[in-house]
This record gives sequence, structure tokens and C-alpha cells, in this order.
Amino acid sequence: MRSVSVDDLLKTKPAVVNVGLESFARTLSGLGVPVAQVSWSPPAGGDAELANIVSLLNLPGEKTERIEAANREAVRRMLEGDPVLIDVVPAESVIPQLKERLILHAGPPIEWARMCGPMQGAVSGAILYEGWTKDLDAATALAASGGVQFQPNHHFSAVGPMTGMITRTMPVMVVENRKFGNRAYCTINEGLGKVMRFGGNDAEVLNRLAWLRDVLGPLLGKALRDSGGIPLKAMIARGLGMGDEMHQRNVACTGLFLREISPWLARATSDSEKLAQALAFISGNDQFFLNVAMAMGKAIMDPVRGIENSTVVTAMCRNGTDFGVRVSATGDQWFVAPVEMPVGLYFPGYSEADANPDMGDSAIVETIGLGGFAMAAAPAVVGFIGAGNAATAVTYTKEMGEIAIAENPEWAIPALDFQGVPTGIDVRLVVGSGITPAINTGIAHKKPGIGQVGAGVARAPMGCFQQAARELARKMGFV
Amino acid sequence: MSGVVLNEIRRGVYLDSVALMRLSRTVAGLPGVLEAALMIGTPSNKKIMQDAGILTPEGEAAQGSDLVLAIKGADEAAARAALDQAKAQLDAPKAAAQETADRKVRTLRAAANALPDANLAIISVPGEFAAAEARNALANGLHVMIFSDNVAIEHERALKEEAAARGLLVMGPDCGTAILNGVPLAFANVVRKGDIGIIAASGTGLQEVSTLIDRHGKGITHGIGVGGRDLKESVGGITTLMAIDALDRDPETQHIVLISKPPAAKVAEAIVARIGKSKKQFTLCFIGLDRLSLPQNAVLASTLTEAAEKALGRLIVPAGAKVPMLNGQRRKLRGLYSGGTLCAEAQVILRRKGIDVASNAPIPGVPEISGEAQNSILDLGADEYTVGRPHPMIDPSLRNELLKQALVASDTAVILLDVVIGYGAHDDPAGSVAEILSGSAENGPVVIASVTGTEADPQNYSAQVRRLREAGVIVESTNAKAVELAAAALASSQGASGQRRASAS
Repeated sequence: MRSVSVDDLLKTKPAVVNVGLESFARTLSGLGVPVAQVSWSPPAGGDAELANIVSLLNLPGEKTERIEAANREAVRRMLEGDPVLIDVVPAESVIPQLKERLILHAGPPIEWARMCGPMQGAVSGAILYEGWTKDLDAATALAASGGVQFQPNHHFSAVGPMTGMITRTMPVMVVENRKFGNRAYCTINEGLGKVMRFGGNDAEVLNRLAWLRDVLGPLLGKALRDSGGIPLKAMIARGLGMGDEMHQRNVACTGLFLREISPWLARATSDSEKLAQALAFISGNDQFFLNVAMAMGKAIMDPVRGIENSTVVTAMCRNGTDFGVRVSATGDQWFVAPVEMPVGLYFPGYSEADANPDMGDSAIVETIGLGGFAMAAAPAVVGFIGAGNAATAVTYTKEMGEIAIAENPEWAIPALDFQGVPTGIDVRLVVGSGITPAINTGIAHKKPGIGQVGAGVARAPMGCFQQAARELARKMGFV
Repeated sequence: MSGVVLNEIRRGVYLDSVALMRLSRTVAGLPGVLEAALMIGTPSNKKIMQDAGILTPEGEAAQGSDLVLAIKGADEAAARAALDQAKAQLDAPKAAAQETADRKVRTLRAAANALPDANLAIISVPGEFAAAEARNALANGLHVMIFSDNVAIEHERALKEEAAARGLLVMGPDCGTAILNGVPLAFANVVRKGDIGIIAASGTGLQEVSTLIDRHGKGITHGIGVGGRDLKESVGGITTLMAIDALDRDPETQHIVLISKPPAAKVAEAIVARIGKSKKQFTLCFIGLDRLSLPQNAVLASTLTEAAEKALGRLIVPAGAKVPMLNGQRRKLRGLYSGGTLCAEAQVILRRKGIDVASNAPIPGVPEISGEAQNSILDLGADEYTVGRPHPMIDPSLRNELLKQALVASDTAVILLDVVIGYGAHDDPAGSVAEILSGSAENGPVVIASVTGTEADPQNYSAQVRRLREAGVIVESTNAKAVELAAAALASSQGASGQRRASAS
């Protein structure tokens, strides 16, 4: 740490960090004194007592050194993760609990009655897809009467975008973290238009899911197994250089993935029409890679869970009603607050009035430093929040840098002179600064069955982090 | 909803979807436009346009390599105008990309990282958050000056202990003034370099003593603020003792002046004991305290002027104004102060001269103000005057108002003012007083003032004095001398009226 003695302070000219009245900084600048102005706003959601507690959590000392050490370990595990896409398999083969009438969903735990429209629509669709009822009405009635169980994907090493449905026969991609040996799962991205992840549940949606289950899943699984797995870390690095941030923009990585997998797909089938369909499906969906990135995010973050004294965020997710955050030191505990509305652009015919609040497990990519945290790599995405220009994209990444404890040297952003993406969201920094994570997201229609109506940026609610900070302070004996 | 739908296709054009969505929104906002979409003609996009009712057979023919411009207008003219506008915007040259936005960092940690040589943080956020930010400064290895007030005293104590354990200095809370190595921080004056170090619990106390030293030919090494409560028993003088240690070790500092309200007995003991271990000369000014047993190397001064005199090693000559004659039956003194310690010093002197006075910020032995009937000395920087309003040193409007009232009140004999200049203060406080006086009647009250400042201050000491004198103000060389002059005027006129009464009987 820097720090000069009082004697040295008196021997040198002051160099000042000014927090508050800018006139002080102007005067000092005019006198030639080096000064850095902080653009201050009340931290901790305006809770001064909590701000004070969090400042204690940041003050170097014996207890906080334990936090620092734990966080260094958390970041080490994040950076040393070696995620490889190895397979596509039916969900029930890797999540044995799925053999019952169980539906996994995005976000923290939620019961049917509190689910938002698209989530309920997707649930009904998923029930019908599994053949547990004959029609949608019966499916809805079954769900409403408690005939199916609901569990978050995150409880089963899985993640899903938007509504995030996973049921027993759905094919899931398997990402193995070869450094730590753990695996994580995510469904195959369905493409644009009417899709189950946005609450769609009509025949078109269900037929596509059936094709994914019967054709693409098995084919992609074989291709991946034959290839020996596709390492993802380097692919992300290249994608960042090509304008992807891996949440709203996955064009480059989808292309890079297709380039790798094409020969293996070709070898995996003798049916050239099937092959053509598979290639067309992947190449026709700019967001195909999103689900790969999400499984990768989960595979990277799971080994970071449960490090005693670590204040690093291990999961952020939303179910369309609540936003949930998990922190390393508090293990599997969810810190939950109401989700916020994204700010964004809408497809023709739609507006804010149609929008469902923020939804999906996809914020796992922000948790590992991509998405909103890597906005500077994908300036085009910043347009979603209105008058954004390329420079605004940089400010997002820099702002996120203020709540992260490290940078990822392997995931560098050319526009920032190859500075690494901000890595390791620290609850202390979020609460202490008042800056909440920015999450790039699609926007679903609030009614079931309609689908995506726009895209934008949402903020994680401060409430989750306030609760987490209080719990961490309590657990570590600061209060 | 009815309306006219127009589609146009641009073949072989690809544009980023986000850029197109932004453009769509702009076009959709034009008058008479019901819906607008600019999209690449992929099947999924065409489906979206179909669902929105804005796809014509022409648009339906578009391919994935074509751009579709689809507009639905209230009428043909509106749709046509919007389509033209959309095309014009597509073809318009884009404004040059901005340089990387000049982003201000939002956290102290980021600012400290951006300024690797940083050694001091100045905190002036709302008081309830000041302790947290000050602690963030300590966490980043920075010394702290807390300008904010309304910081809980238990937080002050905790912060100062945490800082001391790290060898860091916490100046404040409520530290309005400091001068480190000639650099004025917050409200401070441009004071020449010298060999006198000042440690002060009060902003204007430090300003008055440092500027008197400057104007009388000497200078200071440092002026360290400690905050108004540092010498209370619950804080224990932590910063004051650290500052004494530092100035004692500082080879440039020969003489140390300590300025504060009278300290708690225990704290005074600790300070006196610490001074006894030093070889340097000390002047202690505990405003109003006349007696304290001190070691050989220390002397006591009961006013700021005396403190400056002891540090200078000579007396400060009064400006030499004659004791003014008071007009008619006017008998009352009204002091309107912007500086809290100058206000306290005024009370000390008036009390000593046996003049009854009341104040909103009374020193021990002076009553709290009640009603209009008394001589009064007001501290206009006190909380009751500054809620939701800038400090009178920054914005003189409140004092101007009270000055006007005092001038027209028939019983006002003497008005006492302080005029504090330097960085942070109003651009021309003397001018603002002069303006009020220019409209006042003949035979009104006598106005006596002093100016706290130096020739090198942005407002310039001499210019401020001249401005006041031109307006008819009697300007004394120090606040204490101004108060003494006011006291003398009151005493002589009381004497005179006493004589009149005697001769009438």
C-alpha cells in the first residue's frame, strides 16, 4: 500500500483526492496541485450506517486481510478456470433429479403464483413439451395446482437464458472446467422470434424444441465428443477482439464456434440434409453462442463458491420477479430483491409498456466479467441504452472496473489498450460505491407466448448487495 | 388502426441492428408516423414486421442481404415524409466519433489509483457519509481532511484511532482550513513561508493567526486543522498530539501555535505534558482561558491577536483609529460575524472589558441571546443560520440583511464585522458590505471591522481594507483591536452620558 508518514506529508506538496465540493479541486488545480476529483453519490443505497460498516470491511487490518486473501483465492480460481465445451446430452442424464415432474427455471427460487407472465407461459409450454398434459390449458392448470415442482437451475450446476426452462428430455450443452473438474449445463439457444426462453409456447416453439432434442442435440453431442471438446477461453478472447461482449452480441463467437465444429458435424452424420439443417441453424442465430458462454460462466464460477471470508459474487440471476445474488463466503444463500426494468430499444410495435422486468440466468456472463462489464469491446451494443456512442461503451467497462477487484489479462479489450475485463465483483465495492452491476439483456413481452420485444441494459438492484454486505459483516464479526 | 404503409428496399445493404433500431425509434417519433422499422430482411425480422402490420409484398421480397425501410403513417404524406427522412438519415455522414469520454471516477479507490502520488483526501460529502469516505481514504493510505460537519463524535474517535494506528492524520471533522507546505486547503489564505507551525481546532482561528503572522512579516510552515472537538475528552486530542509530534520533528518549524476552545482538563494535561518534552517554543491560545500552568517553553494567549503577537515576538500596532464618538442616544453594540472563532474572541474581549453581551454561540460566562434589548454578538456561521443556506463567508446575503436591519435600528451604536477573505471565501466581501453602507443615513451607527487575509490572497487585503474605509468603516488591524475599539467607544459614551446625567442633577 502507498501511505506516507505525517512527516513525509509535511515534506512534500499535497496531491489530493477530492471527494465532494468541486470548487476545492478547481482551486487546487489552479495552484498547480495534482488533484483527482471523485464524482460522488451516496453509497449503500443511501444507508449511511451500512456505508460505515462496509468502510470497516475495506479498512486494512487483521480481519480484512482474511477477506483480501479469500478474494485473491476467488480471483485465482476464476482466472485459472479452463472451460471446455465437451458434449450435448439429455438433461436428465446429468441432472438425475429431473426424472420426476420437476422444472428448472432461471433466477432465484420462486413459486408459480409469483412467476411473471413469460415464466408461466414457458412453464406451460415445457409441461406440454414433456407430454405431462395434452394441452396448454391443462398444463397451466397442472402447474397452478402444484402438480410440478420448481427449482432454480443454479441449484443443479445449470443456467438458462430468460425463463431458463430445463426439463428432463431437453438437450443441454456440457462445459467442463478442466482445472477443477466440475461441469455446468445450459440448453441450446433456440434462435430469435417466438421461443420458449421469452415465454413462447405454441406449436412452432414446441416443434423447434423437439428438433433440438431429436436432431441437433444428438448430432452436436457426437461432434463435440469426437472433437475431444472445444476450449472456450481462447475463443472468448478472440470474440472480444471482434466486437462481442458475449451477452447481447455473440456474432463473432458463434462464427468462431461454427468454424471449429463444422468438420466434426460433417463427420458425425452421413445425412447431408441433417448436416445442412444443423449448420443453417447455428449460422442463422447470432445468439447461438450465448448459451455456450453461460454454461462456461457457470463452470468458471462454481469452484469459487463457498470460500470462507470471500466477498466475491458467484452468481447473479433473475426470474422476472426477483433478482438473486450469491456470494462466495455465504455459499448457497440467495440475496433477493425485486428485479428492475431494463432500459432499451424496442422492436416495431412494442414499447416499455409491453416489457417484462429483467429475467434470466444470463447475468452469469457479467459475473465473470463479460456482458455489461465488457461493453467497451462491443461499442455497438451501447446503442441499446439510447444516445450511447462508442465512448459511452468505455465508460461502462470503466465503471464496472470500480466494483471489481481484478482484471482478466487473458480477456483483453483492444479499445482499452488491451486492458482486461473487470473480474471478481466485490460486494464491498458495490455497496461502498453505490455502483450496481450493469447487465446487457433481451427484453421479453410481459404476456406469455409473445416473445422478445426489445433489448437493453438492466441494473442489478442494490438491495441484494445491501443484504449480502450485512450478512458478510455479521458472519465475519464486524457488527 | 388504419394508416398508410410504405416499404422500400435497399439491396445489398447491411447495417448493424442496434444502429437500425435507434434510427427506427427516431423515425417512429416523427409527426404522423404510427410505426417505423428499419431492418435487415431476414425471415425472423420480416416476421416481426409482419406481426406489426408494416410489411408490404414489396418488403416481403427482401432478402437477408437487403435493408427494409417500413413506415406506417397516419396518411400518405406523413409516411412519405418519414421515409424520406429515414433515407436522409441513413445517408447522412456520421458525426466523428468522440474521444474517449472524460469519465470522472466514482470512488475514492479509483481516484487514488488514478493519482498514484496522492497523499491526502479532502472529504466534503454530507456528514452522515463522511466517516465512511474518510475510512476509505485511510484504507487507501491517504491522510484525510474532513471538511464535512455533522459527523457523529463516536465515528470521529474511531476514525482518529484507526488513522493513528496507521500513522495517518485525520484533520477534522468540520475542518474548514488547513495549509500544508504553502498549499491552502478549503478555506485558507495565501500565507508566506516561515518558521511558525499552527495547529488549530478552528478554521477562522487558523486564518486570523496565520494572516496576522503574514502581514507582520513572518510566515508559517504548516497550518494543521484538527476539528472543533479534538480536544474534548471523548476524542482525547488524538490529532492535536500527532500534529504536535510532527511539527516538533519538522526541522523548519521553530515555534508552534496551538489554537482551540478551552480543552477538557484531562486532554489539557496530556498536551501540556507533551509540550514539556519539546525543545521548541509553544504559544497556546485556548480562546478565553487566562490561566493554565505551563512548562517553561510555553506561553498562554487568550486571544488570537495575542497568539499572533507571541509567535511574532512583538506587539501588533493598532491601526490608530481614534475612539469614535457615538451618535445621539444610540447605545447598543451589534456584532455580525461570519467566523465562529472571531465571534468567540469578540466575546472574550467584551467580557474582559465588563461590557454585557449575549450571543447565539456564547462562550462560558456569556448568556445565550434573548430578545432585542442586549448588546449582541452573532455567529452567522452557526447551524441555525446555515441550514439549507451557504456559509456567510461564501454567500454574504444573510449578513447583508442583518446589517441593513442593524443600520436602521435607532438604538444601534456600534456594528462590529469580520471580513474573511482567501480561497473558498466570497469574491469581494468588503464590496458587499460597502454596498449596503452606501445607502445608509448620516448620523447612523459606527461600523468597525477587521479583515482576515493577506496581500497575496485573490481578493487582496489592502484592496478590501480600502473598499471598507471608503464606505466609512473604521478598519482595525485585527479582530481583537476592532473589538477593543468598539468597547472603548461604548465605555466613553457611557462615561459621557453619565457626566451629562451628573451635570443635569
